Amino acid sequence: MSIKHSLTESSEGFRLNRRQFLGGLGALTLAVGFGGRIAVAAEGSLQAGEFVPNAFIRIDKDGFVTVISSYLEMGQGTFTGLATLAAEELDITPEQLKVVGSPADAEKYMNPVLAAGGFKVQGTGGSTAMAGAWTTMRKAAASARAMLLQAAANTWKVPVTELQVKDGIVSHTSGKQGSYGEFIDSASALPLPADDQISLKDKSTYTRVGKADGMMRVDIPDKVNGKAIFTQDIKLPGMLVAVIAHPPRKFAKVASVDKTAAMKIPGVEAVLAIPGDNIIQGGVAVLAKNTWIAKKGRDALTITWDESTGSREDSEALFTEYKKLAATRGLEVGNKGQQVEEAPDGGKVIEAVFELPYLAHSPMEPMNALVEITDDGAHLWNGEQWHTADQAAMAKELGLAPEKVTVTQLYAGGSFGRRACPMSDYIIEATRIAKIAKQNGVTGPVKLVWMREEDVGGLFYRPMTVHNNRIVLNADGSVASWRWRVVGQSFFPTPEDQVDSGLMEGTHELPYAIDNMLVEQHLYQGDIPVSWLRSVGHTHTALVGEVLIDEIAAFSGKDPYQYRRALLAEHPRFLKVLDLVAEKANWNSPLPQGKNGERRARGIAIRESFGTVVAQVAEVTVRADNTYKVDKVYCAVDCGQVINPVNIASQVEGGVGFGMSFLRQQITLKGGVVQQTNFNNYPALRINEAPAVETFMVDSSNPPTGIGEPGVPPTVPAVLNAISAITGKFIRRMPLGAHVQA
Amino acid sequence: MIKLTINGQPQTFEGDAEMPLLWYLRDEKDMTGTKFGCGMALCGACTVHIDGRPARSCMTPMRSVDGASISTIEAAEEDRIGAAVQAAWIEEQAPQCGYCQSGQVMSAIALLKEKPSPTDEDIDAAMSGNICRCAAYPRIRQAIHRAAREIK
Ligand code: FES
Ligand code: FES
Repeated sequence: MSIKHSLTESSEGFRLNRRQFLGGLGALTLAVGFGGRIAVAAEGSLQAGEFVPNAFIRIDKDGFVTVISSYLEMGQGTFTGLATLAAEELDITPEQLKVVGSPADAEKYMNPVLAAGGFKVQGTGGSTAMAGAWTTMRKAAASARAMLLQAAANTWKVPVTELQVKDGIVSHTSGKQGSYGEFIDSASALPLPADDQISLKDKSTYTRVGKADGMMRVDIPDKVNGKAIFTQDIKLPGMLVAVIAHPPRKFAKVASVDKTAAMKIPGVEAVLAIPGDNIIQGGVAVLAKNTWIAKKGRDALTITWDESTGSREDSEALFTEYKKLAATRGLEVGNKGQQVEEAPDGGKVIEAVFELPYLAHSPMEPMNALVEITDDGAHLWNGEQWHTADQAAMAKELGLAPEKVTVTQLYAGGSFGRRACPMSDYIIEATRIAKIAKQNGVTGPVKLVWMREEDVGGLFYRPMTVHNNRIVLNADGSVASWRWRVVGQSFFPTPEDQVDSGLMEGTHELPYAIDNMLVEQHLYQGDIPVSWLRSVGHTHTALVGEVLIDEIAAFSGKDPYQYRRALLAEHPRFLKVLDLVAEKANWNSPLPQGKNGERRARGIAIRESFGTVVAQVAEVTVRADNTYKVDKVYCAVDCGQVINPVNIASQVEGGVGFGMSFLRQQITLKGGVVQQTNFNNYPALRINEAPAVETFMVDSSNPPTGIGEPGVPPTVPAVLNAISAITGKFIRRMPLGAHVQA
Repeated sequence: MIKLTINGQPQTFEGDAEMPLLWYLRDEKDMTGTKFGCGMALCGACTVHIDGRPARSCMTPMRSVDGASISTIEAAEEDRIGAAVQAAWIEEQAPQCGYCQSGQVMSAIALLKEKPSPTDEDIDAAMSGNICRCAAYPRIRQAIHRAAREIK
């Protein structure tokens, strides 16, 4: 019996000693013990006393609703979005529900939007949760409601049409009333309504969806008092913490290790060589009773590395290589019209080469995972973003069938895509350590904890890129032709003769009316693994595209807002968002000037990503010493039907701040060694540099689109455009650093 | 033997005196509200109060807290200002992933104890040691101003 099955919400049979792990300080919050019940629900048999109409909703005899999230809550507010949809269709109050994470189950919980795009996984990514749940969760809740109403009608022997529900109480015109809980037994006996028989509420009757006070974030109360449980916080009886020494030169191997000093530290249980491969770095893991001892043991190791297999990657040399490649023809990604060779009379040719660095995700909670190998399977405790892919990777590492690996979903302390690693690196590493420990007679669950240094040096970066652009302008400032060539590693494993949709997104689909446009790609097969970072390809293509539009507009002295307007005339959705941000930011009136020696300007940018259009106007001050400050960012958003306006604003604010960090961040390599280690040399935005952000939403009745990521792409170009408006110099290389070029 | 109090409870400790307070709290006392973010006093996730002053517990060895009085996020609600800060955090819907928020709340409480009506500059100075990778900064700022109004 796996640990999962021994856990239930109410049982005293927790393998996890609650008191020990919470210090007697309060109730377990993210229902760490929910595994048992969900597992039962997932197996299709009903828990006694509960109404389980589908994989997403459970209702107990008190009418209390458990909403099951197939998505990770990593800060993006998905649990609350799901709660809002469920409460809306069920007509219940926020107090009448809770949200728990689902187990990994490819069949029940496959992400419908990712699946449609070819990723057949249960996973959280691509800002798809609300787009998918808009159908699944509303239908799940509405069918539960329909069944409960039918059960009430049968019990009271009245027509169902004479019933209504408010705050989880069913009432009849005769005055009869009762809570949902009273009808769960008879509802359980009813057939499930056919999919096309499920009727959803009309927008005009919404009481929660789209309302500022419709649903407060369900996870926030436990996030202000330290009670929310993350992977880092789980401690199981007999558990060992593993801290690992990765090879400094990436993919070097352990030649020998002197563990004498480490083994002398009281509490160190094992020192294990962990073979790496082309996915995980491996190295030497120290397993100990607690994190500090494991780290101390790790730091006491003397390791000799065999560097023959080590990477020699050097990012500066790579830029040189990329620039050479960028000067040659690449794979055609899109080709409209004809490229113009020479500038017409009075026109101009812009040759612009951009260099953008590797970026690390660097979430607040460094990567970690807790693995328990049991007699007949294994269990993973994780802020799990890539559920079934990680389940499969873990199963493969252990030689098990995927269903033998079970997952307990926890909150993640950020991720920004890192916990959806396409190669499951940190999961495999944790599993391999637990496997090797077991082979060496060290039993007990193993929690792998990366220190910040392993996290920053943990690869799977946003790829570095070079963009070579050649734009021919007519004398009137219009674009005669534009050639955009991108060089980089592919986000998704992609053969060289195919287009990597991650690397190239937002290039050939540029909405601007440009008749002659050629987009080319060069894929570089580097040995530093890369992956998606919050907003994926738009992290680089929005920067290049939107900075160039300003440069193009500047040639003919046109206003960058008006220039964009003209090129977007055929795209009313873009125009609406662009006009909204310009209006709110007072684009057409002069920006108040700064103190003596300060120069101020606005910059604008717009981008569609993950189905959502976001435009931003940044107000920037450049000080006399050429340092700069982003004072305020105005944002306009069209993400379809608004579900939680406060959460949307919060995600956009966070997206702006996440983008702002790019102004200072870069991962560089010298001889296969990552040069950055912690927040001192891989900085993150801090409050003293964080701009005020104001977000405005377009009223829309279209189905919801993403919001976790789309706030990010326009920020950097809006800021860079403001800076260029001040300095007259266009910026080609990131990071910008703390100073602008005078 | 090191003697200290944690949230008013007397404690003794006889282990490795070099162990940072952070890991004593988290791994020995199972008080996991205080978070590990960087281990180098760079991010503030591990902020606690030592004798009433905010401190980064990840760089505070146990030997240095002999005789000290520690308070952590777990006891924040027992404090009038602590409770006001937590309520303001909820009102403003400040947290996103939440991982930095114990540290943010503890730094904000310390700020308000010293400056009950902080200016934006005071907030910048007191809070810039606390990284929030989710960049919940605008709401954190608003929440501090709100808490300041509430405790007047
Ligand atoms: S963990 Fe202590 S400051 Fe980052
Ligand atoms: S809320 Fe996620 S790091 Fe601050």
